[in-house]
Amino acid sequence: MSLDKATVRTIANLARIEVPDEELDHLAGELSRIVDFVEQLSEVNTDGVAPMTSVAEMTLPRRQDVVSDGNCRDGVLANAPDADDGFFCVPKVVE
Amino acid sequence: MSYIIQGETGEWEVVIGLEVHAQVISKSKLFSGAATDFGSEPNTQVSFIDAGMPGMLPVINEVCVEQAVRTGLGLKAQINKTSVFARKNYFYADLPQGYQISQYDQPIVGEGTIILDMPDGSTREVGIERLHLEQDAGKSMHDQHPTKSYIDLNRSGVALMEIVSKPDMRSPEEAGAYLKKLRSILRYLGTCDGNMEEGSMRCDCNVSVRKKGETGLRTRCEIKNVNSVRFVMQAIEHEAMRHVEIYESGGDIKQETRLFDPNKGETRSMRSKEQAHDYRYFPDPDLLPLVLEDELIERIKADLPELPDEKKDRFIRDFKLSPYDAGVLVADRATADFFETVASGRDAKMAANWVMGDFFGAMNRLGRSIENPPVTAENLGKLLDLIADNTISGRIAKEVFELMTETGKDPSVIVEEKGLKQVTDTGAIEQACQAVVDANADKVAEYKSGKDKLFGFFVGQVMKNTQGKANPAMVNEILKKLLA
Repeated sequence: MSLDKATVRTIANLARIEVPDEELDHLAGELSRIVDFVEQLSEVNTDGVAPMTSVAEMTLPRRQDVVSDGNCRDGVLANAPDADDGFFCVPKVVE
Repeated sequence: MSYIIQGETGEWEVVIGLEVHAQVISKSKLFSGAATDFGSEPNTQVSFIDAGMPGMLPVINEVCVEQAVRTGLGLKAQINKTSVFARKNYFYADLPQGYQISQYDQPIVGEGTIILDMPDGSTREVGIERLHLEQDAGKSMHDQHPTKSYIDLNRSGVALMEIVSKPDMRSPEEAGAYLKKLRSILRYLGTCDGNMEEGSMRCDCNVSVRKKGETGLRTRCEIKNVNSVRFVMQAIEHEAMRHVEIYESGGDIKQETRLFDPNKGETRSMRSKEQAHDYRYFPDPDLLPLVLEDELIERIKADLPELPDEKKDRFIRDFKLSPYDAGVLVADRATADFFETVASGRDAKMAANWVMGDFFGAMNRLGRSIENPPVTAENLGKLLDLIADNTISGRIAKEVFELMTETGKDPSVIVEEKGLKQVTDTGAIEQACQAVVDANADKVAEYKSGKDKLFGFFVGQVMKNTQGKANPAMVNEILKKLLA
């Protein structure tokens, strides 16, 4: 399967990654090779195997409903480029 | 009771489906141990998981899972023993992970049913499509600074149940009844507090219209985040009209997300960016499939409270209440309990009338709630006993009730203190009646010459002279004899 330039542009936009036009051809080739690599899996016969989302022979472990975390505002905000009065600050995003 | 929009080209019906986001009642978040309390200082209930820090792994909260199962059972829905969490990818400032952990093609709860109680006492069934668990996002505030938005992640990661109805509703009233019934069930179950003002229950409305008799569905619009039952009804009404107007002027509806403006009473398009709906769902590699044990489901089932529909049926069957009265009384669990205490061992119809009449009236007038009632259920019951054993008349009872709301006293104490006991002594009532007859010879003559309506006047005079304490049935009887 090969990806075209338009698809790569869409993927980049969805991922909010700015890709200059001259890079698109090159990336389309690389991404196509990755998809081809994964597509080898379709050669395996999976008749009679139920679709699965994990190959681990485990189910989801659960935790008790207790408050054991949080209350660490300074830590949470420590890497924020901008913060004020306990809030994260970001460029205005109102629609 | 069908809702039809009369257009220039014929009759239109509206098709409505609702998506409700209900915040799960739990102490900690869906995938982290941070607290869920409403109204805390910004960013104090945030773990590194909720802040989307690299390397942090989610671990699911067992109570949130149980609450979803409980809600599913309460909606008579299919419980899926295996469900899968998926990432819904989008960028927004209050979504630090860059994706919301949600469920996509394998939700924890499948199809179910809600029975709507319509204002005229009739009922109607609406299908539930699914219920899934997901994370809430943080909160953005846009009015704190001229060029910046302020972000509070306290709500980020709190468990939500998204409950999706089938497109089974056909009028704004049905949509309103659906929300009220769903809220009532969630509160009975204790899985969501249903508080729409605080945002713990939020509603998205999917609306389309079609010509009466048409079977297919036309393009729908989604109205996001409507936060009261009244606004949901208004938004649907307006949106349906908009669709009819566009179709009838030769236009077409474009599928889009819209916002409801309660001030203007209209919806408007959200300027959403291109491809905003390409969420690229995929199974979350951090989370294995959620598998429910039969014992867990059975334990929750055995623990379910009596739900509003069953309670309503029981009230109709055991107390002989009308479907309407039963529906009103069971809508809120505390109200139903209050009524049952009042009705226990007494005339249930009379208890219902007092609870829904004078009691609700006093509660609204005094701004009280069922948790903090103006009169206790025990005292209201005692008041009914005083009427039943003829200690006081129904009219005096209203007076006693007012005094009860003011003083909080036991009704028998009030009756004693104020000397309100009903006079049932035949001699005393005869005397009072005779006095009225003697004092109004002219009216007696008119009455006897055929002005039957004057009878009420005589009764009124006797009641007035006895401060309302004479037994009304006896007054009637004695006056009839005296005036014969």
